[in-house]
Amino acid sequence: MSIKMTLKASTAALLVLTGGMAYAQATHPVTGEALADVQEFTYRVLDEHSSTDPGLVEDVSGSEIIRDLFEGLMNQDADGNLVPGVATGYTVSDDKMTYTFSLRDDAKWSNGDPVTANDFVYAWRRAASPELASPYSWYMSLMSIENVDAVIGGEAPLEDLGVEATDDHTLVVHLSQPLPYFAQMVTHSTTFPVHQATVEAHGTEWTKPGNIVSNGAYVLTEHVPQERSVRERNPMYWDNDNTIIEKVTALVINDENNALTRFLAGELDRTEVPAGQFPRLQEEHPNEAISFPSLCSYYYMFNLRDGAPEALQDPRVRKALSLAINRDVIVDNVLAGGQTAAYTFTPGATASFTVPDVPTASMTQDERNAMAQELMAEAGYGPDNPLSTSIVYNTSDAHRSIAVAVSQMWKQTLGVEAELANMEWQTFLEARSNGDFQIARGGWCGDYNEASTFLDLMQSESGYNDSKFVSAEVDSLLAEAKTSDDPNPLYTRVEEIIDAEAPIAPIYHYANVYMMDENLVGSWPVQNVQQNWYSKDLYFTAN
Amino acid sequence: MYSYIVRRLAVAIPTILILIVLSFFLMYLAPGGPFNSERPIPPEVMANIEAKYGLDQPMWKQMLDYVTGVVFRFDFGPSFQYTDRTVNEVIAQGFPVTLTYGLWSALFAVVVGVALGVAAAIKHNTAVDYTAVGISIGAQALPNFVMAPILLLIFTLGLGWLPGGGWNGGQWNYVIMPVIALSTSYMASIARITRSSMLEVLNSNFIRTAKAKGLPMRRVILRHALKPTLLPVISYLGPAVVGMITGSVVVDIAFSTGGIGQFFVNSAFNRDYSVIMGITILVGVLTITFNLLVDILYAWIDPKIRY
Repeated sequence: MSIKMTLKASTAALLVLTGGMAYAQATHPVTGEALADVQEFTYRVLDEHSSTDPGLVEDVSGSEIIRDLFEGLMNQDADGNLVPGVATGYTVSDDKMTYTFSLRDDAKWSNGDPVTANDFVYAWRRAASPELASPYSWYMSLMSIENVDAVIGGEAPLEDLGVEATDDHTLVVHLSQPLPYFAQMVTHSTTFPVHQATVEAHGTEWTKPGNIVSNGAYVLTEHVPQERSVRERNPMYWDNDNTIIEKVTALVINDENNALTRFLAGELDRTEVPAGQFPRLQEEHPNEAISFPSLCSYYYMFNLRDGAPEALQDPRVRKALSLAINRDVIVDNVLAGGQTAAYTFTPGATASFTVPDVPTASMTQDERNAMAQELMAEAGYGPDNPLSTSIVYNTSDAHRSIAVAVSQMWKQTLGVEAELANMEWQTFLEARSNGDFQIARGGWCGDYNEASTFLDLMQSESGYNDSKFVSAEVDSLLAEAKTSDDPNPLYTRVEEIIDAEAPIAPIYHYANVYMMDENLVGSWPVQNVQQNWYSKDLYFTAN
Repeated sequence: MYSYIVRRLAVAIPTILILIVLSFFLMYLAPGGPFNSERPIPPEVMANIEAKYGLDQPMWKQMLDYVTGVVFRFDFGPSFQYTDRTVNEVIAQGFPVTLTYGLWSALFAVVVGVALGVAAAIKHNTAVDYTAVGISIGAQALPNFVMAPILLLIFTLGLGWLPGGGWNGGQWNYVIMPVIALSTSYMASIARITRSSMLEVLNSNFIRTAKAKGLPMRRVILRHALKPTLLPVISYLGPAVVGMITGSVVVDIAFSTGGIGQFFVNSAFNRDYSVIMGITILVGVLTITFNLLVDILYAWIDPKIRY
């Protein structure tokens, strides 16, 4: 904070103190913007969150709450860059296998206890323990902490996990392999500390309001499952003086159209825009309808397993099907919410990733269609021998609209008959992982902001490779990228292989499409592609 | 009478047991499971989870444990989806919500429905009759998933009178729209049943006698005709009230009430086995109870029925 800004902030404080309250308007300590009198943020969530226990949480809406209630070693700023959290910084050993975090000494739990390195050790062991059986313990394994898989599997005691507190303010993490993006990974809620005494005193009920002790900028004050969850400022938080939002309320509203009505009636400060409605809303509410890129990709996967239909084993057929999808029509006409056409699996928004110029991307749609027809003919399909296939997707209006559009494009360009089938979510997941499909819808969001979070899905052995695409070249490129100082050329090559062999057809890169209170929009971190937002950094400006 | 009630209760217990067993099997036959997600969980992690919830046991053992828990400890187990809650807590939170607006809906449906039906029957083939029939057909034709957004557009967005959802501890202004959305179609059915039943009763001998004795029409209707008219309404009300107090999924979702219907449908999507079972048993018990109540009421109202 510069001297001038300090003065401004203290002048404002003085005005308040001297009784000028009715007229004094608070200003933001950094930007100097006038702040609204009421700083309460209410937003819609689609579903009840799974948990507010950092060790157990597995959904986005739960993580959003946990990022406010707890603070991990590092945070992200509005652009997604790493900034200090409980740790003031870290050092990396020469072999990149040991990370040493220095913890601030003024971090406190909401009951006043100091936050120490041991709280992290306890939390990490707990997250990996077979006893907690966290559905997200795989994240600990993704972090490549020493011995993590043995601990999860119950073959090694918790104490063997490669994390230790050398003193109250120093946390040392030992990795089993160098991981260039490890520090990014500790912004994830699974790695947040928990208060041992509270967990042990209350068991599974420790996360209930009244029981919960947390170390973030907010504390949980109310939770009515399937209706609302409320968090309010934590006066014990080390940076409480710079927190502006007083109260944050998440309302569970399953129906997005009803949520939109309630936003327009002024009950909400943020809600999602239903597919296709963005252009109208943008025209009617230009300051409130916003769209910005997110770290997710939408794609169709082809089933390459033995025993799946033979046609799809032919790369020419897959490539032809991919080419014949007019992505522009899908993003501009079907979705119309600022999504971007995808010709690579990794979104362009990914940090330090340069979108490679794959051949398909630089063609016009007419050229793509012509090439698609040629490839189909080469593969032996044509008017006399039309290909018939099927697309499965999980029940949703948007997925259906896209499937209808794609099947129409295939029919017109290639004469392909595609049957559409929607499935309820769990049934869909099972069919997809069992390989019980020909073409299936896929969606993937990055776990961390680096291209490997996407491209690793193409690894032959990856559990998420539902196409069962096997390529020795891709495997070795991805293995090399793990430790490379400049993995971009390797990623480019992988994307080129995906483009040529078409195990999947990327369709579009997601956008976050919101209706948002116009006084909040200014502080919303639209540049943070992972959308790791922290209520402590938000504020409402005065009208 | 008492022996009848005892006999009915004796039948109810095996019925509920059969319900538990059937739901248990059906649930396991459905594809997917409570811990499946887009990211397949590594097998060693899945093994930990299954061990934690006893899902690694053979099915007969799981079922036996479940039934003993329910019967002897009234414990419906932990929710698989919401880690800090038990099914008992889920029901304790969601059921009062649904019960509140369900009972208001039932009251509203009965009072308005019966009034409309009686008015239509008394003023048979007049403008009153046509209006009442019109209203009830309109209300019946408008399903609650259409009704709910219309109410929202009018009262929340247009007039700004009522909050668009939530429950807020059952404050009156949060309850109005769910009650209207839930009760209208029941109200319509009750109006139609009442009307035709009343028409039939008005043509019966004892009413003719009452009229012949020179009783005023008001007294004839209220004292003599209403009670027999309500018999078919009561038999309709048994399942209807259960439907209302166990919640309409549509109403719960449209107004985000946090009621039991919302938990029920979401737990089915999430394969939250223990919550599905808990709510199924609750609905089963309520259905049996209300059917019994209806039969007892019947005996009390209709002198022709003896058990």
